[in-house]
Amino acid sequence: MSLRLTINGTRHEILSEPDTPLIYVLRDELKLKGTKLGCGLEQCGACAVMIDGKVALSCATPVEVFDGQEITTIEGIADTEIGKRVQQAFIAQTAAQCGYCTSGLVVAATALLSETPFPDDATTSTALTPHLCRCGSHPRVLRAVKEAAAT
Amino acid sequence: MSLDAHPRVTDWITMDGERLLVHTGKVDIGQRISNALLRIVQEELAVPPSKVGFAPVRTGTAPDEGITSGSNSIEQSGRAVALAAATLRKHLLCLAATQHGGDYSDWSLVDGYVHRAGTNLRIALTDLARALPFDLLVDVTLPRHVPDSAPVPAMRGITKMVEGRFTYVHDLDLPGMWHARRVSPPHTKATLREIDQTAIDRITANGMRIIRDGSFLAVAGPSEWNVVKAASSLGLACTWNSGGGLPETDVFARFTTEHAQRFPVISGTPQKAPVPDPLLAPDLSARFERPYQMHGALAPSAALAEWTGDRLFLKSHSQGIYPLREAIADSLDLSPEQVEITHVPGSGCYGHNGADDTAFEAALIAMAHPDTPVLLKWSREDEHAWEPYAPAMAVQVDAMLTDGRITTLSAETYSDTHRGRPRPGPNRAGPAKLLANRFRTDALAPYVSPPNMGTHAGMHRNLDPIYDITETRLVKNLVQGLPHRTSAMRCLGAVTNIFALESMMDKAARSAGIDPITFRRAHLSDTRAIALLDELERRLATLPTLADDMGRGIAYAQYKNAMTRVGLAVDLTVTDAAKVILNRVTLVADAGRVIDPDGLVAQLEGGVMQAASWALYEEVTWDRDGITSRDWDSYPVIRFDNVPDIDVTVLTDNSHRSVGAGEASPGPTVAAIANAIFAATGLRLQRMPFTPNTITQAAFDL
Repeated sequence: MSLRLTINGTRHEILSEPDTPLIYVLRDELKLKGTKLGCGLEQCGACAVMIDGKVALSCATPVEVFDGQEITTIEGIADTEIGKRVQQAFIAQTAAQCGYCTSGLVVAATALLSETPFPDDATTSTALTPHLCRCGSHPRVLRAVKEAAAT
Repeated sequence: MSLDAHPRVTDWITMDGERLLVHTGKVDIGQRISNALLRIVQEELAVPPSKVGFAPVRTGTAPDEGITSGSNSIEQSGRAVALAAATLRKHLLCLAATQHGGDYSDWSLVDGYVHRAGTNLRIALTDLARALPFDLLVDVTLPRHVPDSAPVPAMRGITKMVEGRFTYVHDLDLPGMWHARRVSPPHTKATLREIDQTAIDRITANGMRIIRDGSFLAVAGPSEWNVVKAASSLGLACTWNSGGGLPETDVFARFTTEHAQRFPVISGTPQKAPVPDPLLAPDLSARFERPYQMHGALAPSAALAEWTGDRLFLKSHSQGIYPLREAIADSLDLSPEQVEITHVPGSGCYGHNGADDTAFEAALIAMAHPDTPVLLKWSREDEHAWEPYAPAMAVQVDAMLTDGRITTLSAETYSDTHRGRPRPGPNRAGPAKLLANRFRTDALAPYVSPPNMGTHAGMHRNLDPIYDITETRLVKNLVQGLPHRTSAMRCLGAVTNIFALESMMDKAARSAGIDPITFRRAHLSDTRAIALLDELERRLATLPTLADDMGRGIAYAQYKNAMTRVGLAVDLTVTDAAKVILNRVTLVADAGRVIDPDGLVAQLEGGVMQAASWALYEEVTWDRDGITSRDWDSYPVIRFDNVPDIDVTVLTDNSHRSVGAGEASPGPTVAAIANAIFAATGLRLQRMPFTPNTITQAAFDL
């Protein structure tokens, strides 16, 4: 029996083998290239997606674990008001340099604000600490989260 | 350099329908050079951003501008594009007057049109430009246009980035494309002895290919995840000769004069001359060290290659597509014309990471499997263990103090080479610097770089103190034969040299009993440096008093003693657990005429964050069996739980030329963190990174 996932509101029958980490299903089978592979070890956060509204890392966990669940990737983030606001705030604050960490951070920030509309600094920092940014856009990302919460 | 080789306007700007097309050999690596070039074209030609495009950076068509490095792009590509645009402006206005009447001065450029004042006569700039001769030469004598008040364009690509639509090499997906992964040796001394045949049979039976050339080994196939699994199982099926293992050398113990090729450095330039004697009985003396560190790109390096039987097409995030083309062609017995490399962005690289190596390795795989695009990605472990590292360094600083001033200063810097990029050179330097060539059947020995004698190049970048000091003794000590392959990382030697010099300035100021800003000003006659420190002092005066467990450290530097000036203060807390918490960074910079103000601030902030990561967290570790810092747990870096407030002030004077800024803030940041830790704890930390362990150890050693 094949796996079924709902991704960004659309149901998909998954042909990949059940042991395939979710990210390869998203990127290679479904051609959703916005989710980024950074380590394959759940250490850098570049591959973050939302599962049933909560942030989850997609680079190591087999797709079968997500059978029947609702997945939101960066491509579907703008479907919610909060996601749209987060994207706009990232643009307004120019909260990226190379942009490779950006998908994961936008997803994480959206998940954070969905659960905690007005996070204090410590809550934001805890939510984003699983995510690496090597270009040093951290201050801008924090400002963007603040701006998205305030608007 | 850029204009000498490419003197025509059309080398830099051409027409593409109703758009201007900018040609550059410099590539975007997160530093937004294309934004700055766009801004320059806008300023010179008054065109809206929507009417400016960028040609692909591709061998054969893009201007050859060497490597995108050294904070040189604004001064090289930026100057070339600005002067090409200024030449275009002058000739467009002349042509308009000739063709449509009136005087040259009646005409101006507005919103992509050539417009005659007082009339409704408007001609599209691109239409008129087509009438200009193709071989029109760039006039290097033209003045730059006065900056206008047009809004600065938003960062190119940012919308695509936040929507997940920005394409990196890693995202390329062509019809019939195969994926590839490397099977890496345990370490650089190891050679492949044998592979268990059953593993090979299993992989090939599953429709995948194993590519082997000596000890270079890779797997390729149509499904990425199957390739990942196959590479892992093939790795387990390999046995390797250890070659004696990785040397467990204490590199800092090798940084002594007897192991070094030594050169006195005068005005930033190493000399082939005897080294002067060291200072006798200096008043102050200290040695500062940095371990091997890595670029640690967020995306492991990747490249796409296709071999058609007589031509090789590559897509790479290399910072130097022309030198790479030479090195790859030479390695494969091809002519450079048979190899075409197109730059496609990778993640931020901060210098020479695995980009060039993966391009060559993708080529090796593609040539074994022709007529198929092959996308090779290194794994996280490959990148951590095999990228060329920033060399470990040591700097010995000695100073004589008289009446509250440094009168004599000696600084000796020690390092392996910072020049590992595959540039062509004697003894097949290009191929010898590509990693896979060490492992192929006809293996090339690791390249031994000659000393870099360039001004402010390599390890001696910023070794000359920027201050007025009567007598200086500066020495470059090149130490080779160390355990790891090394190459260029952001700032090269400048980070460790500035860490050392600015720590010594702090020590000397304390010894003289003078506050660190006043002490520095007293050693400066450069009015722009003094103005910058005045402004820093004013900014600091507005801040609340520091808490008892906090400290403030000051540092100042001018990158290469010629580019952007940065003065900054770091306020931090050292916790009871000896952890450093960064509270606030107050930074003042002078980069001359500013082209992209937000891009400049982003580079300065990013430099602070990366340098804070180097200062507090990063160190490559290894043992006999290989590199042990193979992931983000064993090689920790700064995260969102230690982000200071960063307040950046940019002093702007458009009468000064624009200078490079991408590497201006890291050196002073490391130094200011060390100086702030001293202010908070009384501990003078002399080896990066300043971890809780090293701080605790320093307290014990008191």
